[in-house]
Amino acid sequence: MKLRLSAFWLCVTATVVAGLVLTEVLHNDYYFNALYVILQGTLMAVAWNILGGFTGYVNFGSAAFFAVGAYTSIFLDKYFGHVLPLPVLIATAAAVCALIGLGVGYLSLRLKGVYFSIATLAMAIVFATLISNWRYIGGARGAYILTPDTYLWFHSYIQMLFMVMLLLTLAAVAISRALVSSRLGRGLAAIRDDEVAAECSGVPTLRLKLVSTTVMGALMGVAGAPYPFFVTFVDPASAFSLFVAVNAIAMPMIGGTAHWIGPVVGALLVGSIQQVITVTVSSELNILLVGVMLILFITLAPQGIVGLARKYLARRGR
Amino acid sequence: MSEPVLKVSNVTKRFGGFLALQNVSLHVGAGERLGLIGPNGSGKTTLINCISGALFNDEGSIVFEGRDITRMPAHRRARLGVARSFQIPKPFRSMSVLENLRVPLEYAAWTRAEHRRIDDEAMDVLENIGLKQRAHENSAGLTQVDMRKLELARALAAKPRLLVSDEAMAGLSSSEVDEILEILLALNRRGVAVIMIEHIMRAVMRFSERIVVLDAGQKIAEGAPADVVRDPRVERAYLGE
Repeated sequence: MKLRLSAFWLCVTATVVAGLVLTEVLHNDYYFNALYVILQGTLMAVAWNILGGFTGYVNFGSAAFFAVGAYTSIFLDKYFGHVLPLPVLIATAAAVCALIGLGVGYLSLRLKGVYFSIATLAMAIVFATLISNWRYIGGARGAYILTPDTYLWFHSYIQMLFMVMLLLTLAAVAISRALVSSRLGRGLAAIRDDEVAAECSGVPTLRLKLVSTTVMGALMGVAGAPYPFFVTFVDPASAFSLFVAVNAIAMPMIGGTAHWIGPVVGALLVGSIQQVITVTVSSELNILLVGVMLILFITLAPQGIVGLARKYLARRGR
Repeated sequence: MSEPVLKVSNVTKRFGGFLALQNVSLHVGAGERLGLIGPNGSGKTTLINCISGALFNDEGSIVFEGRDITRMPAHRRARLGVARSFQIPKPFRSMSVLENLRVPLEYAAWTRAEHRRIDDEAMDVLENIGLKQRAHENSAGLTQVDMRKLELARALAAKPRLLVSDEAMAGLSSSEVDEILEILLALNRRGVAVIMIEHIMRAVMRFSERIVVLDAGQKIAEGAPADVVRDPRVERAYLGE
């Protein structure tokens, strides 16, 4: 147990070091752009999986939390005159989205199964409408944001942003891993398997589900907060894009939802393929690709890549 | 008789215009074995849903060990010591048999001192119930009778003082029925009061010290097993005029 614990943190440290080395070795900003997108996908996949995978509540509203995170940054940046440092924006976005997660969870978690999923979709539309009509943060026309011209010791702003996203993603993975192997995680799994039986076994199901929506919301907000600085122009259509929401669902499904590593594997795989295809073929083909992969995995390997790996290991062990 | 473990008073439950339970009262003494019978649709499962907290009754009160639990959510009742098993087994399918028992142990019987002993306690329960050799198997792959045993084991893990067993034997073979019956009797010898809902009359008659009969949401008879089955109202409820 102790060995596995240190192995995990060793990997985390190695990844951080590798990221720092990359910023020194690679000078083509395109790579950092691509890596940023992949990492953002990973963070969202990990966030989605806490509610969708561990707890079994499939949520179509991920993009709303992501967008609220992004718009929190835009609002604060404008209101305080472009002085707030990125960590403050990220922390505020996390807090705002955690609260929204809690509130939406409280209102909608009495719904089960597909009805919950529909409610989350409706919530996303409500938020999109609100933001489209709020002129201060750009309304439907969108908002520009100026990237600061300081970027620590890095060689460009995108390098720094990449490093920030790398740290955030690793933190999210660590949270998700700690969650699933705790008493709380077993309670969530019990809810996913059978909610009534969980409640009758002493699991406070409503409270646990609220913890789950709150953590999910906060992590989604964290993923969205640096987004305006990455794209420099945000409008409701891009922030609330269905593609963002679909990716957040498809990546954990493809990787496997029951284990914390599943969404990471799925996001790295799907995200990387998307980047390669965007460059070599076309950016529109991405959407088709995700759809096809999702259908293939749901029909052929519903447990995802992690499930396939487990099956393979079990067969070899026998 | 001693102070009852459970006292259900004048419980009424409606589903829309349908009256599922009407003014039902019953009590269970400490360590007592109570049989609850009645034709299909008579309200047995609704009543135990109200007792376990899966449903809230509209009128009346439920008192467990002197404490009013009428409006208490199910997970808190479980922590107090009310356990139930389900008619259709509801194992936590993604977990092993042992992990299934960890859930109630971690949540219902949880204190820091107990935390370290959870695996040992779970193994003890599994040994008592005859599932020890299946402890590390996936719960979704169990046979019917083992699934029923797991259902009971999970209900028992948190050391309840009242167990509500909802048709733990339906669909089992005669020897399997005896096996489950033995488990319930052994459990009762350790001081746990049991409400047993069952259609298998042989099992109910052998097990129960007292029987309550429900029909169309009302209690129509109560008493010693031999008297109850001779009661003309009970015969009418089961066989018609």
